Amino acid sequence: MTAYVIRRLWQMIPTIAGVILLIFFLFNWVGGDPAQVLAGKISNPEQIANIRRQLGVDQPYWYQLLVFVKQVFTFDFGRSWSTNEEVSHILLTRVGPTLTIMVPVLIIETSLAVLFAIMVAYVRGSLTDRVIMIVCTTAMSISFLVYIIVFQWLFGFVLGWFPVQGWSESFVRNLTSYAPLPIMLAVAVGLAPELRLYRSFFLDEINQDYVRTARAKGLPEKAVMMKHVLRNAMIPILTNLGILLPGVFVGSFLLEVFFSIPGLGREIITAVNRSDFPVIKAVTVYLAILTMVVNLVVDVMYKFVDPRVSFK
Amino acid sequence: MSAGKELQQSSSGVIAAPGQVPSGVQPPPPAQESPGLWTLAWRRLRQDTVGMVSLVIVVFFLVMIAASYFGLIAKDWNREKGVSYANPSFLAGAENLEAKAMAEKAAAAKSPPVDLSDVDPLAPRYKEWEERAAKIAVTETKRAETLPFGGDKWGRDVLQKAVKGAEVSIFVGLLAALLAVSIGTMLGAAAGYFGRWVNDLLEWFYNIFTSIPYILLILSFAAVAAATGKFGKGIVPIVLILSLTGWTGIYRLIRAEYIKHGSREYVKAAQAIGASNFSRMFHHILPNVSHVALVQLSQHTVSFIKAEVILSFLGFGVPVDMVSWGTMLAEAQNELVIGKWWQLAAAGASMAILVTAFSLFTDSLRDALDPKLK
Repeated sequence: MTAYVIRRLWQMIPTIAGVILLIFFLFNWVGGDPAQVLAGKISNPEQIANIRRQLGVDQPYWYQLLVFVKQVFTFDFGRSWSTNEEVSHILLTRVGPTLTIMVPVLIIETSLAVLFAIMVAYVRGSLTDRVIMIVCTTAMSISFLVYIIVFQWLFGFVLGWFPVQGWSESFVRNLTSYAPLPIMLAVAVGLAPELRLYRSFFLDEINQDYVRTARAKGLPEKAVMMKHVLRNAMIPILTNLGILLPGVFVGSFLLEVFFSIPGLGREIITAVNRSDFPVIKAVTVYLAILTMVVNLVVDVMYKFVDPRVSFK
Repeated sequence: MSAGKELQQSSSGVIAAPGQVPSGVQPPPPAQESPGLWTLAWRRLRQDTVGMVSLVIVVFFLVMIAASYFGLIAKDWNREKGVSYANPSFLAGAENLEAKAMAEKAAAAKSPPVDLSDVDPLAPRYKEWEERAAKIAVTETKRAETLPFGGDKWGRDVLQKAVKGAEVSIFVGLLAALLAVSIGTMLGAAAGYFGRWVNDLLEWFYNIFTSIPYILLILSFAAVAAATGKFGKGIVPIVLILSLTGWTGIYRLIRAEYIKHGSREYVKAAQAIGASNFSRMFHHILPNVSHVALVQLSQHTVSFIKAEVILSFLGFGVPVDMVSWGTMLAEAQNELVIGKWWQLAAAGASMAILVTAFSLFTDSLRDALDPKLK
């Protein structure tokens, strides 16, 4: 297994190099000269030249690329173009609020989706199953924006059960007061597509021969579903979780914007609005690397879920 | 399909060639032409009630946006014809505090201002200006108290806005999906057909694009597009952003199809009769995998419409002088607090109807084109 992990890490190098190149191409080559964005509309050529020198964009491209690569590996992206705050500091302080929202969301959403999916799959083809599937399809077609606008208005403004928006310094207060509504929203919206997906995973397993064998040898239904079917369906579910996991760090940027949560997602939106390239570059590169690592971890975890998997 | 037909024709041509038919043998009666993939798919689709109903709804929306594009309907969506936040006609009796406040403000502006003539240096000229202003004909438009489905802040008809918004949102979605499918098909065909280093290179590309979380990829492109303006004007940037980031899934599917088809006999036969690489890729194989591309087109249109709405809401989508479902929802957020729910309802409901119909139609289309999946 060690050999497998080492080989996979080795294979990441060209992809990471590619991500760095793509980001560099996009921001330094297509993005071109940021000095004018920064200097604003009223500025003299001298000021622009100064800014260009400060940012290093007057250097040849190969040198800029070198600087960028160095930034990636030293975790030092310099300072934000708009607030002059250190980029590494921005990233570190914004991750907390995002995780406060997204970790509960992932846990609640996944457990509810698995639970409901196995129940719906068990009564497949029945009226309950079809009604739930129709509700899911309809629920998925309404824009996330509409959910947020209506829920925030209803629970925050009209009923006043939760604060409309806000965030505090205390973790407990955040989790108990400010986070519940966004978490609830994210779960409500994310549940429908996941329920549909997991149901199809369970349906693939439920018709297999081993399920019939388990029933034939007299196992109770609960044991058949929870032990045999669930464990086999875990493999595609795990893959799906692997896809969702990197998103946990970006958070639901829409939720963060609506509820004024000072997380990474909102930071990125602000950065895009202000053309604050260093922040976007840093977040993109590190999340790409994180995604690759998560994919590797998921692949290794297959081994624990399914002993038949062997690393080649 | 075309490859199969060509082969059939050429072989029957050989048999029917004069002098080759053995005398005394009747030429076989022309075989009844078997229905092609598209005919069969259409037949299957016709039997699918849900699919047909959704198709009708989708076609209705397409006709509607075509009509609005050519100015047949919703032509003057931008005209301010009602009072501010005009009530929907079915709520004619409800009080409209915002419009009242606006009217009061306007009335207050008309009443004679405080006399400042001893300090105001412009005072002697006011009379002259008033006379000149009086000569210019001003038509006072009567603003309607109610509009069919209510009005927005500036008194524009929400229903017409929703139609115009549908035009922009669907147009962006369709255009971006067409472009993404074209990119994905081209690259997928090249990777699957040529294999080797072309495949390696394109797989590298694919890995790069998929290792960056999708939303970050979109926002990176949006940031550069917004900062430089190099992506063009109007709806061009958003179409480019969506399609340049959204081709990866299509690429992967088309590539797999090309790998599968590349070694089939009909492609080898085409090679034997001297068809070029290009001809084999696009004349022989492409028609056989086009159903995959079609389903992808349909699927991506839906997801791009959803993405456009969110991006426009955040201000990275269509420009401010255009209206889309996303910009309507952006306005709706503040309107809901003062109890004006109709813009939210109009944009949200029309989008939900279209997206539901489009997704159900996509499912039916996939089932009809690939019955093995069912």
